[in-house]
Amino acid sequence: MASERILSKEEIETALNERHSPEKQKLLSAGQVTIAGLGGLGSNVAYSLARIGVGHLHLIDFDVVDITNLNRQQYFMEHIGMYKTDALKSLLLKINPYLDIRTDCVKVTEENLKELFADAQIVCEAFDNPVAKAMLVNGILEHFPEKKLVSATGMAGYESSNIISTKRMMKNFYLCGDRVTEPTYGNGLMAPRVAICAGHEANMITRLLLGEEDV
Amino acid sequence: MITVNGKQIQLTSEMSVADYLEQNNYQINRIAVEMNEEILPKYSYSETMLKDGDRLEVVTFVGGG
Repeated sequence: MASERILSKEEIETALNERHSPEKQKLLSAGQVTIAGLGGLGSNVAYSLARIGVGHLHLIDFDVVDITNLNRQQYFMEHIGMYKTDALKSLLLKINPYLDIRTDCVKVTEENLKELFADAQIVCEAFDNPVAKAMLVNGILEHFPEKKLVSATGMAGYESSNIISTKRMMKNFYLCGDRVTEPTYGNGLMAPRVAICAGHEANMITRLLLGEEDV
Repeated sequence: MITVNGKQIQLTSEMSVADYLEQNNYQINRIAVEMNEEILPKYSYSETMLKDGDRLEVVTFVGGG
């Protein structure tokens, strides 16, 4: 039987400090990231950040887990029909039960955006819908120009991994992806490439938390 | 002469950012526009006239996440 023992806060902190160093871990543990959209991008970004002990996560999504999500999103059969906010929070707490995780099960709109993202240190745009992506990016850049924003566009299919990149578009706006590949028949969203793009987002966020502003 | 996404463009007539985006078939609800390194809010696309030396960066979002 696998061990079901819950690790103590000290055990987890010691392990994270051993991997990352206490100086770096302090910055990660103090970090706050708001992830908008908990699909293939957002669930993978959240897993990465939770694993390295980013202390404060705010998860936003209005949707429930669907069977077609399992090809790339970090959910299991038992989550089908559950809100992604609830499913993902429960999974992240299995990795580290001492994380501060706040959830909002709502659709982000131009109206609620200012309130939802007011506390964010770093915003991760991880929506699926291009109109929602553009709305969020415009809204954050317009209302919160001082916040760091990491967004993604173009990660469908199985084209080369190496055309996915991170670019700094403006002082506080970073864009990951290949910028062009949208899902089409036979070239849909697939776990490997979506995870590569999510990895770009998560690593840029990690760099920002550790004081590196260049891509 | 203006610069759009790194390319130099010669404008043939006076036009607003909204006119330029429409002429070039951009879908307004899927883009973000940076003008001279500042975000250009959507409500000012039609009132902002393009002038010599302006630098536009138009980010187009495609589906997928």
